[in-house]
Amino acid sequence: MVGDHMIKILNATEGDEVFLLGNEAAARAAIESGVGVASTYPGTPSSEIGDVLSKIASKVGMYFEFSTNEKVAVEVAAAAAASGVRSFTFMKHVGVNVASDSLVSIGYTGVEAGMVILSADDPSMFSSQNEQDNRHYARFANIPLLEPSNPQEILDFTKYAFNLSEKFKLPVLVRTTTRVSHMRSKVKVGGIQKMRKKGQFKKDPSRFVLVPSTARTMHKKLIKKINKISKIVDKSPYNQIYHANGKYGIITSGGAFNYAHDLVNEKELPISILKLGFTYPLPSGLISQFLEDLEKVFIIEEVDPIIEKDVLSIIGQENLEVDVHGKLDGTFPRIYEYNQDIVGASIGKLIPLKLEKKKALKTHLPERPPTFCPGCPHRATYYSINKALEELEMQVIFSTDIGCYTLGIEKPYNTADYLLSMGSSIGAACGFSKATRQKIVSFIGDSTFFHAGIPPLLNAVHNKHDFLIVILDNGTTAMTGGQPHPGLPFDGMGDEAPAISIESIVEALGINVKVINPMNIKKSIRTFKEALTTPSLNVVIARYPCQLSFKARGKPVRINNNLCNECLECINKLACPAITYDNGIKVDQRYCRGCTVCVQICPEKAIKPKGGSSE
Amino acid sequence: MKLSYDIYICGVGGQGIIKAGEIIGWAAMKEGMNVVMSEIHGMAQRGGGVSTNLRIGKAKGTIIPNGHADLMMAFEPLEALRAIDKIKKDAHLVVNLTPIPPFNINPGEYPPVDEIIMELKKVSRNVYAFDADRMALEAGHPLSMNMAILGAATATPNFPLSQDVIIESMKENLPSRFFKVNLKAFKGGFMSLEG
Repeated sequence: MVGDHMIKILNATEGDEVFLLGNEAAARAAIESGVGVASTYPGTPSSEIGDVLSKIASKVGMYFEFSTNEKVAVEVAAAAAASGVRSFTFMKHVGVNVASDSLVSIGYTGVEAGMVILSADDPSMFSSQNEQDNRHYARFANIPLLEPSNPQEILDFTKYAFNLSEKFKLPVLVRTTTRVSHMRSKVKVGGIQKMRKKGQFKKDPSRFVLVPSTARTMHKKLIKKINKISKIVDKSPYNQIYHANGKYGIITSGGAFNYAHDLVNEKELPISILKLGFTYPLPSGLISQFLEDLEKVFIIEEVDPIIEKDVLSIIGQENLEVDVHGKLDGTFPRIYEYNQDIVGASIGKLIPLKLEKKKALKTHLPERPPTFCPGCPHRATYYSINKALEELEMQVIFSTDIGCYTLGIEKPYNTADYLLSMGSSIGAACGFSKATRQKIVSFIGDSTFFHAGIPPLLNAVHNKHDFLIVILDNGTTAMTGGQPHPGLPFDGMGDEAPAISIESIVEALGINVKVINPMNIKKSIRTFKEALTTPSLNVVIARYPCQLSFKARGKPVRINNNLCNECLECINKLACPAITYDNGIKVDQRYCRGCTVCVQICPEKAIKPKGGSSE
Repeated sequence: MKLSYDIYICGVGGQGIIKAGEIIGWAAMKEGMNVVMSEIHGMAQRGGGVSTNLRIGKAKGTIIPNGHADLMMAFEPLEALRAIDKIKKDAHLVVNLTPIPPFNINPGEYPPVDEIIMELKKVSRNVYAFDADRMALEAGHPLSMNMAILGAATATPNFPLSQDVIIESMKENLPSRFFKVNLKAFKGGFMSLEG
């Protein structure tokens, strides 16, 4: 079913004003630009782009897929663009690492139709393992870079990126940040360009087959293209100066501009702002012109001092006399996202500013970390494996992976000891199994297994590693909002598709595999104990659907407080948000999904299934 | 000079915070106002503390600076206290009295709700606290709690949009089959403040 909001994005006609999320504006940009092929692997903060396209691509004749991983997504898009079909691929910042092996070569081969890669960076790491600054990738791959600061600019810049890409036959990178991707505001939409669904790949191995001899020629051509583009950036309408009378200036880009703008306007500061939207190649002519009459310039950018270093080199080359205040001299923080308070405090080190003081609270407030939903199968899996280990008096290293189940890092589960990236649970376990005498358990989700778990699994078998892999199969890519993956019988456009069986893959490698229903605690504990005491590589698949994505709901359980002796096993070991203690154990009827895991683990049998109200 | 009318909405993931913000934001846009709104998606949503910032006016950044919020809509009392730095002196505070204790705290670690309200009253004379969860249940569905808070917020002085415009936006942005229940909760919240 297509939601009302999706219809609005699709049906809005030129000039209409729609209240759009940045990511929805990106999806609209793809439609307006006549994109024929779009691909992604879901990842916050980029996920909603795919959520929109998966619902409406078929309506506009676009091909859309959730690719197995970001590298595949980029390759799908590159081949389309090489064949004359416009393509759009988008991912979170760390996804570009996965894609990078191919991405850095697409600059060499170039494209025929427009190709845009959108990287959604995550300063402050709301949902990520690091806050790497992907503007480096534009420099690394030598491809143009645009940095929108709001949903309207995401629409406008992305559309421009397609034209730029097509004109210079180079892929273009668009970098957003969490606050820009997840900003909602008024967007005036444009008209929809005619789409080219199918192209014709014209063979040219001297260009499209990168071997040393061809790559040498293509690198030369790439440098020529980027030099040509550096001649147009100084005049780009996406770089703007907001003039003020004074000797101070700000150079800023992307979402950081918003905070600089608000501070300068609220405090009525006499500071000129150069807002950069087209940031690679950097408009050095425009920058040196902006710096000419200034005494001091503040460089306001999230996360790394990239523009700052370039500005310093321009100042050196042009022999300008301007003090530069940014991250390198300690004026601005080197880490995390900015906001108006941070920008104010930083500029306030050099210009007197009246700033808000923080209110000191007397009481310490308890933290509220995210956790598993009530009824989540991961909680049950972690309870059982901890019980199995307790009964075996066994200590293990938990090599975990990326997904909701990473929340096992929290007490009382403590089921996360090592994590680097998608798929690292199995690769790292191979290292631990050879470098230590400790027992190892890997946790990996179903979507992550398809994404990056299979090559390290082959490694584990072939190189004779000895550990237990638990595949937490909840039938969806849960953390990012419930997108499909290759294990499901439908694809990213909702059409029927062959479901790939995880156990068939594992069995084909000759591995001992067991499938359990994690909601059956007794059987799960028994299976884990067996697997943990069987030498060699073992795989247990814990299969039960995500309760957030599939919304199955049983009747809330009921507590018999006469039977309860307040041993607190349910509170201390299960830690379900639906069970609270307030003068006795209580089940919150608003949250309980009737999964009955607590019923099974209560030593006094004081929790009963299918009850009415406990109040 | 303050650039915008700032609304800070906070609570716990899953309470309908984004939807309440969307309804206000859409209404503001229809009235020809500039509006920017922040949303939190992804990991933090899983029962963690979440917030939505709405800024109606000339502000471009979505993060409300400290001491700027004109109105706070707190879906959960502890989350109201956590965000106390956001509000300006004598801002209007609409606070739900029903607590959701974090899953990992010891019994008794959650501060008493009346103490939370007292702390809030130290920064503002305009604290409107009521049991929005109960109001939602009475309206017919626990998930209409966000509309009870929205109703009360709409009735606060200086709120930049009329009740009619908000109701029109609710029609546009909520599923029609739940509209009656949501409207009842909204009216309940509105009346609790007006009355």
